[in-house]
Amino acid sequence: MTVADLIKLNALEAAERLQNGDFSAIDLVEAYLGQIRRHDPAIFAYLRVSEENARLEAEAIDAAPDRPPLGGLPTAVKDVLVTEGIVTTCASRMLENYRPIYTATCIRQMKRAGMITLGKTNMDEFAMGSSTENSAFGPTHNPWDLDRVPGGSSGGSAAAVAAREALWALGSDTGGSIRQPAAFCGVVGLKPTYGSVSRYGLVAFASSFDQVGPITRTVNDAALMLRHLVGKDPRDSTSIEHPEAIRVPEDRDLAGLRIGVIKELVREGIDAGVMAVFDKTVKKMATAGAEVVESSLPHAGYALPAYYILAPAEASANLARFDGVRYGLRAGGAAGITEMYENTRSLGFGDEVKRRIMLGTYALSSGYYDAYYGQSQKVRTLIVEDFQKAFDSADLLISPTAPTTAFRLGEKTGDPLTMYMSDICTIPVNLAGLPAISIPAGLSEGLPVGLQIIGPAFSENRLLAAARGAELAIGFDAAPPLGEGS
Amino acid sequence: MTAGYEAVIGLEIHVELSTESKMFCGCRVEFGGEPNTRTCPVCAAHPGALPVINEKAIDYLARIALSLDCDIPPGSIFHRKNYFYPDLPKGYQITQYDQPFAIEGHLDVSVDEKDIRVGIERVHMEEDTAKNIHAGASGRIAGALYSLIDFNRSGTPLVEIVTKPEIHSPQSARAFLNKLKNLLKYLEVSDCNMEEGSLRCDANVSVRPAGSSKLGVKTELKNMNSFKHLEKGLAREIERQTELLAAGERVVQQTVHFDFTTGEVTPMRSKEFAHDYRYFPEPDLAPMLANRKFVDRIAASMPELPDARAGRYRRDFGLTPYNAEVMTSDRKLSDFFEECVSHFNDPKLVSNWLMGELLGYLNATGGELADCLVKPASLAELLGMIESGKISNAVGKEVFAEMCRSGKEAAAIVEAKGLTQISDTAELEAMIDAVLAENPEQVAQYRAGREKLLGFFVGMVMKKTKGRANPQVVNTLMKEKLS
Amino acid sequence: MVSHDDVKYVARLARLKLADAELERYAEQLSGILDHINKIAELDLEEVKPTSHVISITNVFRKDAVRPSAPPAAALDNGPEIESGAFRVPPILDTEEQ
Repeated sequence: MTVADLIKLNALEAAERLQNGDFSAIDLVEAYLGQIRRHDPAIFAYLRVSEENARLEAEAIDAAPDRPPLGGLPTAVKDVLVTEGIVTTCASRMLENYRPIYTATCIRQMKRAGMITLGKTNMDEFAMGSSTENSAFGPTHNPWDLDRVPGGSSGGSAAAVAAREALWALGSDTGGSIRQPAAFCGVVGLKPTYGSVSRYGLVAFASSFDQVGPITRTVNDAALMLRHLVGKDPRDSTSIEHPEAIRVPEDRDLAGLRIGVIKELVREGIDAGVMAVFDKTVKKMATAGAEVVESSLPHAGYALPAYYILAPAEASANLARFDGVRYGLRAGGAAGITEMYENTRSLGFGDEVKRRIMLGTYALSSGYYDAYYGQSQKVRTLIVEDFQKAFDSADLLISPTAPTTAFRLGEKTGDPLTMYMSDICTIPVNLAGLPAISIPAGLSEGLPVGLQIIGPAFSENRLLAAARGAELAIGFDAAPPLGEGS
Repeated sequence: MTAGYEAVIGLEIHVELSTESKMFCGCRVEFGGEPNTRTCPVCAAHPGALPVINEKAIDYLARIALSLDCDIPPGSIFHRKNYFYPDLPKGYQITQYDQPFAIEGHLDVSVDEKDIRVGIERVHMEEDTAKNIHAGASGRIAGALYSLIDFNRSGTPLVEIVTKPEIHSPQSARAFLNKLKNLLKYLEVSDCNMEEGSLRCDANVSVRPAGSSKLGVKTELKNMNSFKHLEKGLAREIERQTELLAAGERVVQQTVHFDFTTGEVTPMRSKEFAHDYRYFPEPDLAPMLANRKFVDRIAASMPELPDARAGRYRRDFGLTPYNAEVMTSDRKLSDFFEECVSHFNDPKLVSNWLMGELLGYLNATGGELADCLVKPASLAELLGMIESGKISNAVGKEVFAEMCRSGKEAAAIVEAKGLTQISDTAELEAMIDAVLAENPEQVAQYRAGREKLLGFFVGMVMKKTKGRANPQVVNTLMKEKLS
Repeated sequence: MVSHDDVKYVARLARLKLADAELERYAEQLSGILDHINKIAELDLEEVKPTSHVISITNVFRKDAVRPSAPPAAALDNGPEIESGAFRVPPILDTEEQ
């Protein structure tokens, strides 16, 4: 097979062909390393490519008598997941040279299943952002238009998958960080139910929201990866056993499914181009047999404010460990410990991270806790209840994944609030801890638009089956206009 | 203390639990050792690491709460307490805040033969910090050139016990802490070693005019790492506050430091900023639900508590309150006592022997009861030999000391050393005759009416027999001979 | 709405050192964000219970079992300044005592 043929295969196909011996893991790895060499200088999806390591892992897989289920599948890993001995930076100066002393549970599980790590991908610093422009090492460019952002914070992972620089990738989602970049890059992104994937080794941004999930080319690939990500981890108190084994869905239509369009997340505040694609998608789903109903999340408008209290508050504590004492950056020349802390943290953290630490610290500080943190926790309750009610009359809920298509680099960096608005459709899902997937729904002015499908807690199998049905109904087959690269 | 003023003291006690592993990770709990050899991603706060609660620590916490007669609300959660300090690796301490594990308990303490009841405000679970070693001339924090951080202690399970401000003298504070320490040791949840820091005590102190129900301005007294320091530090601080009030001045709310080398209390320089700990619920840990079943299971696993046991000793064994208290001050001693009594049914005698001989020996040698070579059954056997007249009481004490040293049984020692009591009349008469012959002057005096000399003659016989003579028999025979 | 002093206070709590220009910018930006967030105040939340965990799990414990600690080399490897097996830091000044 030619390189062009190899990189066309999705993960499920590649796994089958590898199993059949049509080509070897090293063939596949070389094909992707070639793609990275061709395209990554312009895209900058990767912070580090582990070429040698990937080859060694591939050779070991090829030499082994039995091929594990994901044996030989080249994977891009968001640099927020710690990997023993391999520099893990969270795209921050703070951790520029940090070599973790252990490996994240989800990575261990994927490795046990045979995945090969191509490298660590770019992201917004400590996963805070919606454009990957907050990386301390420079932004990632959207493969569909290099002048545009790939979304964030898992922008490197989404761009790598879209540009065929990885067969698939791992991302993390706190307020939309898997789904929004998946939508911007025209790929599939799944945020699992909170608690289904271990957070041990996921550098914490907001602990009660963070979840690891797949970024893939197809819904079936997302199911395949998720099957190996889920599981109760004795090292994560908030992880629980998924009630069902994750299945790769069978191809079928949407007959018998009640799909609720969330009325608060359409029209107002959503670009006309995005709405046009969304409306067309809803029609296609109806044609495929879905019963489309109107659903409501009455408090959806309060999700963003509540999120921007709760998540930064948790972050302000989670990022306190970066103090220059045990690892990471330390600024020199301090006379006392406080000065060392202040110099180190001011030098090590970027603008957005500092902003969120300040916001979270402010919300928790004496005199403000009740008005901000306490009230936001209550809003969280209302959002959870809104979803519960909505699921009484719909099996799944849908909305656009993001209000716009990929915006231009630099377009929103000056105004944090405008940037935050990029996640208005995805944030309510994180507040309620639900599973949701973004799949490509079409193009608007040449840029991908995502469809978000949301399910009740632990309904991943139902969600994936519907997403597969929608994927078939939509028939999205566009690819980013990549030249031969520089 | 100056008449007309009353001291009000509340204690905050921190106890390191003696679990095998740390509060939230599998690193071993141990004192000392090479620095940073018992750390992992969790207790050294590496990015991405998460805490998981040690079940045993919660069991121990529940035992403490129940032994202090606390209420255990059905639900309790952990909070993050946020502040920066190099011994706090995460930048926050996982602790409990407005939903502590246990509330509203009490401990009864006897001070100068008066019983006082000290209310317990709360008992909660948290984690210990790392250790800062200050490098510089003094080894103390002030004037240090730099500090070295050892994370071995980081994450050790720590229980905080807070009393109500219901203690009114340094003596009472000391008695309370002593009783609490004995209780915690008795429960086998901590070794309570103040020198190694596994038991630490801070005090909130205020002074008010006697009869007033309003609390005065309080100070927080730190650095009292022994019972003596606690008592002295409190006394000095109360004196200082009383002097201020008596002079019409005000007490400033602050932390004060007790310097045990000078005996002075000095205010610590106030911080540029007041504390603002920004507590919020710990998202990495699930809430704890202490339902009836959980509490019942812990209650069922609890030993009979010292106060209940002492009551039983007074009631059933007729021990004096003092003996009963001493016998229950240590669980092993109490167990020893009861086992001994089960073999030799004279509890008063057994308790006297344990207090006089056994504790005396341990005190003198600095040994622990756990390592004592004498087993309860052996002591019972010894007491039986005394009771039956086989050996004298004096010889018994000697034999006991030998048992402690060698671990041999009483009978074997008596046998080997020929210590059997001499009650044989003929043998004793011969000895009495010899003593009388050797002391003609005293004999004459006795016969002239100095009957007190009888003791002298008996003593001489005991000396000749190295204490083996039966004193009652000697007494009787001696009187006959002299009459 | 968020004053310079507020920003200064918060930055100090968070151990961030800000230049005057940054103070200005953060005060403005945080005010803007909080303006939006204050929308929450419209809601009557008196009767609503707070949510801190979205999944209902309780009593997640581990057995009290010792696991191997990190080897000393690994434990200290990332340390910016190591002395005698410990992490060295600048002195803790009088005003910083905890």
